[in-house]
Amino acid sequence: MCGLCGVLGGRGHWTETASNPDTFRSRAETHTWHRERQARTRLVNAVLRHYGLRLDDWSGNAYMLRGKTGRTALVDNLTEVWAAAEQIGRGACDPLDAALLASLSDGGPGR
Amino acid sequence: MTDYAALIPINVITGFLGSGKTSLLQRLLASPDLRDTAVLVNEFGEVGLDHQLLQHVAESTLLLENGCLCCAVRGDLQDSLRRLFSQRERGEIPPFRRVVIETSGLADPVPIAYTILAEPVIQHHFRLGNVVTTIDAVNGGRQLDAYPESVKQAAIADRLVVTKTDLDTEGRFDALERRLRQLNPSAPVIRAADGALAPERLLARDVDDADGRRRDVDDWLAAHAVPAGDRGGHDHTHGVASFCLTFDTPLDWTAFGIWMTMLQHRHGENVLRIKGLLNVAGQSAPVLINGVQHIVHPPTHLDAWPDADHRSRIVFITRGLERARIEASLAAFNRLANPVAARAPADALA
Repeated sequence: MCGLCGVLGGRGHWTETASNPDTFRSRAETHTWHRERQARTRLVNAVLRHYGLRLDDWSGNAYMLRGKTGRTALVDNLTEVWAAAEQIGRGACDPLDAALLASLSDGGPGR
Repeated sequence: MTDYAALIPINVITGFLGSGKTSLLQRLLASPDLRDTAVLVNEFGEVGLDHQLLQHVAESTLLLENGCLCCAVRGDLQDSLRRLFSQRERGEIPPFRRVVIETSGLADPVPIAYTILAEPVIQHHFRLGNVVTTIDAVNGGRQLDAYPESVKQAAIADRLVVTKTDLDTEGRFDALERRLRQLNPSAPVIRAADGALAPERLLARDVDDADGRRRDVDDWLAAHAVPAGDRGGHDHTHGVASFCLTFDTPLDWTAFGIWMTMLQHRHGENVLRIKGLLNVAGQSAPVLINGVQHIVHPPTHLDAWPDADHRSRIVFITRGLERARIEASLAAFNRLANPVAARAPADALA
């Protein structure tokens, strides 16, 4: 893990709009916390599929990352997803990797 | 939740050995605006600081298990800031409203930023303000050539202060200024010798102050309006290059967060700086993001767009990472959220 995020109830991860409500107050639609977690899980799974991994919301207060062999890890936020994904998946999770980008173009989040 | 802007700001003054950090600090502390400032210094230099709230910090770094160097908590700083806050709360020292940390000349400022933003106790009382980097007009160019530490100090700065311009008899300033603008186009370059240094511009006008961030954005958008060629082309000091990506299509905040956390996880050591004005899908006001290596400031916003151009603009300062790969990658992640509307990024300004 590359950080202390979450330990002793930190400020909340920067990607979560609830951590900085003032920043996102000009949104046209109301985004509930639950809906945001659903959208995050759906999109991150479109990326994780390339590595044979899957993320599920875990009771609304963490995420469960699963590999095909049954290995699991509980993570609190997106930053922790990538470190855990490299531990239980197949090597480096690189957003600049051409093979990943090609698989994102083929798939998309719908599946 | 505590109002983030109401936390006590901490400014970091960094710069290479002998680049005039203490002299700059001495001048700033003479200003009545900075009367209620506590100062932490890493080393006592030749220039004496006479300030009632001055404490010395010995340098020690606690490297986290499995952590990278930039995500190290500076144990000395952690102790000093906690102690300072405790003394303030107990009324043992005056109730300071700002802290300035002067680093040692070879220090990496990123662990200091990490300590302020991520340490569980400190993040509830303090926030990171501007990082000010001093560069010597006479020796600065040579130091950028020879020392990667010097390049990193300049790359992560919010304000670049060129010192000793009065000793610059060979006219090195112009070339140095061009080079600094290439290296870190989002930071204003200020001459220390130009009359009174405005503490407000250097320290108070920061990303967490509503007026400050609006003017700050004006400054760096103006810097990017200058074609790259006029800023002197691309600088490749130690493989470090800066560029600005522009996106016509609004960015999906969730997809952007997934992309940026993944980029920082895999390439954080080589992403020295990300600073951006984002058009977030479904939101009328622009969102400002500000990241250093593996660290991200809490995102802020402007109340309105500064002009008619509502495209997302993101400045990257990277080491050895190609612009085209970053551009294609962010566009591909954004298409995940909006597969029909998203298109390839527009031509960048830099």
